[in-house]
Amino acid sequence: MSVFAFYLFAISAITGGLFTVISRQPVHSVLWLILAFISSAGLFVLLGAEFVAMLLVIVYVGAVAVLFLFVVMMLDVDFAALKAEMAQYMPLALLIGLVILMQFVMAYGSWESAHGAAEQLAQPIPTDRHNTEALGLIIYDQYFLLFQLSGLILLVAMIGAITLTLRHRKDVKRQDVMLQMSRDPAKAMELKDIKPGQGL
Amino acid sequence: MIGIEHYLTVAATLFVIGIFGLFLNRKNVIILLMSIELMLLAVNINLVAFSSFLGDLVGQVFTLFVLTVAAAEAAIGLAILVCFFRNRGSIAVEDINMMKG
Repeated sequence: MSVFAFYLFAISAITGGLFTVISRQPVHSVLWLILAFISSAGLFVLLGAEFVAMLLVIVYVGAVAVLFLFVVMMLDVDFAALKAEMAQYMPLALLIGLVILMQFVMAYGSWESAHGAAEQLAQPIPTDRHNTEALGLIIYDQYFLLFQLSGLILLVAMIGAITLTLRHRKDVKRQDVMLQMSRDPAKAMELKDIKPGQGL
Repeated sequence: MIGIEHYLTVAATLFVIGIFGLFLNRKNVIILLMSIELMLLAVNINLVAFSSFLGDLVGQVFTLFVLTVAAAEAAIGLAILVCFFRNRGSIAVEDINMMKG
């Protein structure tokens, strides 16, 4: 059963990744990317890392993929023209991909675990706790500073994204609260003395 | 039985697909950012696989940090992309030459 689940998730993750890259429509690319993320979350569940799997679904599918989808739909770009020259880059891309794949095969072929690695575990996975509870116990304890630092990274990213995309348009009417509050009858009205029978 | 090699193979394949995508979509910055996300996902699969098979929880902690940095990177990258599109009306990579670098 778990073998079947592994192959299902692995094949759908790789399919999603491949079609993300070669799809002609960017919206389809984002949807294939979501498939790859969800399948990887399934792989994480099989590995016993439920919290990271949930986080992957929430952060990647819920936030990052939706952000990509927003930007793809917001930009008015002729994507067909961008994709037209894709065949021209195909040989080079295949060559580089094959070279790096060969390097991975060579690295994995000669890989073996270090001696005594089992005795040098920094945080052995506890058997009497759930994954989320065990992660929480070490994140808020021994990795507290790194945790705060990642929060700081997110704060900087948020401020950077806001300052990059914020703009004040001149041609739009806006409410100026100070101007409204400082209005008085002397500025707002003009009194004219009109003689009878003459008009303005 | 599924061993660590199977997970490493999936991660390596996803990483190579990411690099393949970087070279295939040289004009479209959005797909380039998605390829980078795929490569970071492959790294995460590697970290979690080693964490699970070696029995060490630190790999999953580092996965959380990689996830944080990936989210921040996507947000900043897309903000720069929107800003650039507003100024130049294009997202092709070879048009990004305003600084004459």
